[in-house]
Amino acid sequence: MINVLFFAQVRELLGEGSIKVEASDATCTAEGLRAQLAAKDDKWAKVMASDKLLVAVNQTISSWDTPVEDGDEVAFFPPVTGG
Amino acid sequence: MTAMFDRVLVQTDDFSVPQEYARIADDNSDGAVVTFVGKVRDFNDGSVVTDLTLEHYPGMTEAVLQQITAQARERWPLNKVTIIHRVGTMALGEQIVFIGVTSAHRKAAFAACEFLIDFLKTKAPFWKLEAGDQGKNWVEAKDADEQAAQMWQQK
Repeated sequence: MINVLFFAQVRELLGEGSIKVEASDATCTAEGLRAQLAAKDDKWAKVMASDKLLVAVNQTISSWDTPVEDGDEVAFFPPVTGG
Repeated sequence: MTAMFDRVLVQTDDFSVPQEYARIADDNSDGAVVTFVGKVRDFNDGSVVTDLTLEHYPGMTEAVLQQITAQARERWPLNKVTIIHRVGTMALGEQIVFIGVTSAHRKAAFAACEFLIDFLKTKAPFWKLEAGDQGKNWVEAKDADEQAAQMWQQK
């Protein structure tokens, strides 16, 4: 399973803080996982289509072609605004 | 290599600037102590702000703060570094973040403190939700903050 986390507006718009996704060929990159989530319904498609969306694989901000494996933690969130 | 003092905390509680200052300012090899405090201010992009809620990504936040501290240590001869960032809801005027840096000389301490806040703002997974006269709004990332962080790559 891939542990998928959502933060800030992304969490709020989806109404989910975290979900588990079965690892498969389709989810073998961050982009693949994103596409799989976007296919759930219109709401998910809209959030996942944001050009500002960032992804962290195992707690490191990553490019969309980063490999994702069973047991990984993948987080989707908007640009950060701390400080 | 001397033992390094890094104090990196993410917490809901407020912090005491005098206490944090005292923790890092007790070494006579340091000639400079620079601190920065970020606070909740009453406006953003023209709207009135009444309070702020900070969300973060537990685990990754602490890891990123440790990484940027290590990067600052590679660039400047620093002795003590403290980063405290609060999460949860904070009222107007409350303290959000503390950065404290000590060094033998002021230039390193000033530069490292500014580097740390610039990198924290653009790399650490915190998000601000503002409440005010326009309701609740997620704060948008600012290009100016990204440019400030990028300036350090060129120096």
